[in-house]
Amino acid sequence: MYETVIGMEVHVELQTRSKMFCGCSADHFQVAANRHICPVCTSHPGSLPVMNGRAVELAAMTGIALHCQVNPHSVFARKNYVYPDLPKGYQVSQYELPLCSDGWVEITVEGQTKRIGVVRVHLEEDTGKLIHSGGSSLIDYNRAGVPLMEIVSDSSIRSAEEAYQYLLKIRQIVRYLSASTGDMEKGAMRCEANISVREAGAAAYGTKVEVKNLNSFRAVRNAVDYETRRQIALIETGGTVRQVTVGWDEPSGTTREQRSKESSEDYRYFPEPDLLAINLDEKWIQARQAELPELPEPLTARLEAEYGLRRQDVALLTEDREIAAFFEAVVQHPGTDPRQAANWITGELFRRLKQDNTDIGATKVTPAALADLIALVAGGSINQNVARDVLGILWAEGGSASAVVESRGLAQISDTGELDSVVAEVIATHEEVVERIRQGNPKPLQFLMGQVMQATRGKANPQTVTELLKRQLGLE
Amino acid sequence: MALNELTAHELKTLLDRGEVSAHEATTAVLERIEATDDTLNAFISVDAEGALSQAAAADRRRAAGEDPGMLGGVPVALKDLLCVAGGHTTCGSRMLENYIAPYDATVVSRLRQAGAVIIGKTNLDEFAMGSSTESSYYGVTRNPHDNSRVAGGSSGGSAAAVAADQTILAIGSDTGGSVRQPAAYCGVVGLKPTYGRVSRYGLTAYASSLDQIGPLTKDVQDAAWTLEAIAGHDRFDSTSIQAQVPAYSQSFNRGIKGMRIGLAREHLPPELDDRIAAVTRQAALSLEHCGAELVDLELPVAGRGEYCLSSFYLIAMGESSANLARYDGVKYGHRAHGATDLQSMYQNTRNQGFGDEVKRRIILGTYVLSAGYYDAYYLKAQQVRTLIRRDFEQAFARCDALLAPVTPGPAFRIGEKTDDPLQMYLTDIYTVAVNLAGIPAISVPCGLSAEGLPISVQLLGPPLQEEKLLQLGHALECSARPC
Ligand SMILES: [Zn+2]
Repeated sequence: MYETVIGMEVHVELQTRSKMFCGCSADHFQVAANRHICPVCTSHPGSLPVMNGRAVELAAMTGIALHCQVNPHSVFARKNYVYPDLPKGYQVSQYELPLCSDGWVEITVEGQTKRIGVVRVHLEEDTGKLIHSGGSSLIDYNRAGVPLMEIVSDSSIRSAEEAYQYLLKIRQIVRYLSASTGDMEKGAMRCEANISVREAGAAAYGTKVEVKNLNSFRAVRNAVDYETRRQIALIETGGTVRQVTVGWDEPSGTTREQRSKESSEDYRYFPEPDLLAINLDEKWIQARQAELPELPEPLTARLEAEYGLRRQDVALLTEDREIAAFFEAVVQHPGTDPRQAANWITGELFRRLKQDNTDIGATKVTPAALADLIALVAGGSINQNVARDVLGILWAEGGSASAVVESRGLAQISDTGELDSVVAEVIATHEEVVERIRQGNPKPLQFLMGQVMQATRGKANPQTVTELLKRQLGLE
Repeated sequence: MALNELTAHELKTLLDRGEVSAHEATTAVLERIEATDDTLNAFISVDAEGALSQAAAADRRRAAGEDPGMLGGVPVALKDLLCVAGGHTTCGSRMLENYIAPYDATVVSRLRQAGAVIIGKTNLDEFAMGSSTESSYYGVTRNPHDNSRVAGGSSGGSAAAVAADQTILAIGSDTGGSVRQPAAYCGVVGLKPTYGRVSRYGLTAYASSLDQIGPLTKDVQDAAWTLEAIAGHDRFDSTSIQAQVPAYSQSFNRGIKGMRIGLAREHLPPELDDRIAAVTRQAALSLEHCGAELVDLELPVAGRGEYCLSSFYLIAMGESSANLARYDGVKYGHRAHGATDLQSMYQNTRNQGFGDEVKRRIILGTYVLSAGYYDAYYLKAQQVRTLIRRDFEQAFARCDALLAPVTPGPAFRIGEKTDDPLQMYLTDIYTVAVNLAGIPAISVPCGLSAEGLPISVQLLGPPLQEEKLLQLGHALECSARPC
């Protein structure tokens, strides 16, 4: 039996207006090349960095949310290495004294809650992008100097699923804080994993392999599984795992060696003399604490307690802060059943959000409209099927549920008198079916019900129809 | 007296009275450069056209009754390490031979705001790495007092230009003595302000924690004026100090009665050059004569060359190895032709673009920051630096300023030390401690040697006490020349 040991380094691009050390816009996604650059982020002679205060705030808030200690004294350091996408020939990062350290985050795998340690959260700057075309390479520095937050876990992650859940949790938290979009497909969140295997129960760690280029949640899962299998196979066939850096290759589903330990770089870190140390007093740290929104864990506990919801529903509602807020806006309408609200949101609304690839903030369905819809169903004015159609109309056009029901004449027909004749007509035109029912086969009753629904364009109250059918067929 | 020979305050008086125009003054310095720079080589580039149009603008403002600024119409030369938008900034290197800076250094915009006329860029050791301006890709600068001797470095061009009246004012930068030492060799005033007093934004970095911009001028009053124009917090330099800038131009001549002047035993060792020792002692007596009190004290670390020089060069080289990594042929500046891959492009570009001294410092700097050596070299040097700072703090508890030699001897001959880098580094023995501690110092000419070479002394003060240094410098100046 083997055990996989994983430590993760997650890089998160912070959602600040300007870059880490200059006034350029930090927006670089699908921006024409080299539009958001200046002497500082392209490293002209004499240029100097000036710290983005908001980036420090967001990283500190992330640290607090990850139960870290925000260090009253932290410093930037130069990490020296040479590559064309790194304008200065060094990256301004943090080394010995990071902004935050010693935290943890809880993940849930197969119903079990587990705590993963967060070693540190620090700030640094992103690099530019190389674009290879034909025989040459071009460089786009729009991304150079964009604030980047690095979150380093301890090595208590034990499986691909745990790694996946950990990453989901990190993304959830940075999104709650509006610290980052957390979009992996847009590169706003990038990940590296240190993976090793050892005999279960062994005290010593195996030799770790650093896996880079994990650009999606799927890649993380697959790469961990692949590396685990590769390393075990190697050991079982008498080989030894070498300490190397590999890159995940998505198309082939394999890892490829990039660098071995022997050729590993010496970054020659030293304190960045162009920036002052970050000194934060208790008041500043308290202000960040106060700025935190309600975080996933307390919010989950509160929704469970306050509305009597099931854990799995709450988990879905709290995945995204906006969804939870939407839910609470719905149930604040008097008389709205929280379970119904949760069902509508996690069912029909989620389906449509996914289908249209949009988010809750962009929909035309307002919390008031959904509360109204739920009330209409509860009051018997419309049935579940019609309600689903009404939601479709609200999704496309907005407006209020009552107005849609009214203007389109979708109100449920519960009036016995009105339905009596429809039921009589259906019975009259389907003699054969009626005969079978009378002979003791209750199944075709559903068919007759469908016919009534068709005739009333779905508006008939199903309960009333069932009663009438049974009465007219003499089945009671 | 020709206009180019005037000090800034003398010229300003004439300009304000309308007796001369900025155009005339600028023309005078340009003509002087034309006549003398083939020999001196103090300038790397001269922007005659730009200078004359700035002068014309100053004249127009005056004519229109507007405030022309405290340096309105006064010509100034800039060390070619400072960025001027749209102009060449070579840093004395082949690497940046064709580099055009896209922005003005903060010091340059402040000089423009004060109405100064920027006439050109002066020669320097390549990337300010040197003590003689001999490592410049653009040739050596000659000392106006003796053309066979160096002007000092790295701000050798600025010092020579002021000394030879090729400009009224000049700006230099001082990392380990690069303003004070050439000022001393050329017989002009050189001020190294407190670290952070003047913004470094737009000053090409040599060693970021040591670099500081300062003026080179014909007298102390001009140094006060220039400092007042360029000093102050700058939001583009995080290390610039948030402190009010005193009116140096009003206070430099307030007298020194009751000030205590420290003389460190270590600064006047028995082996010190007689000429330097004599001038330093004479300066002490002059200050005493003006009402100051002399205090003997010790600087067990900060006064010892072996501690200061090794710590200085380890830190300076370490920082510079990172600061110069950006010159890689990718974004701007020199790029080698015919490279076959990225690695060869880097290698050929840097091999061709940098001179020997720069390469030496990058290699040594890379070494001292390397894993396994960092603690023994860079970290140790930083620890010594802390001790140096503490030494000065203790000294300044007992005195207002320290008086010390600037250089171990007068200007040396061109080529005399180029084959022996260590001999060259030793010329910085009295200047580097100031940069390591981040304190201000001023170098003031106090006499001539028998062969007619200028000799200066320096005054060192606690952080942000430039005012006192200017007052002491002014007192020395008055006792050296009849006033
Ligand atoms: Zn920028």
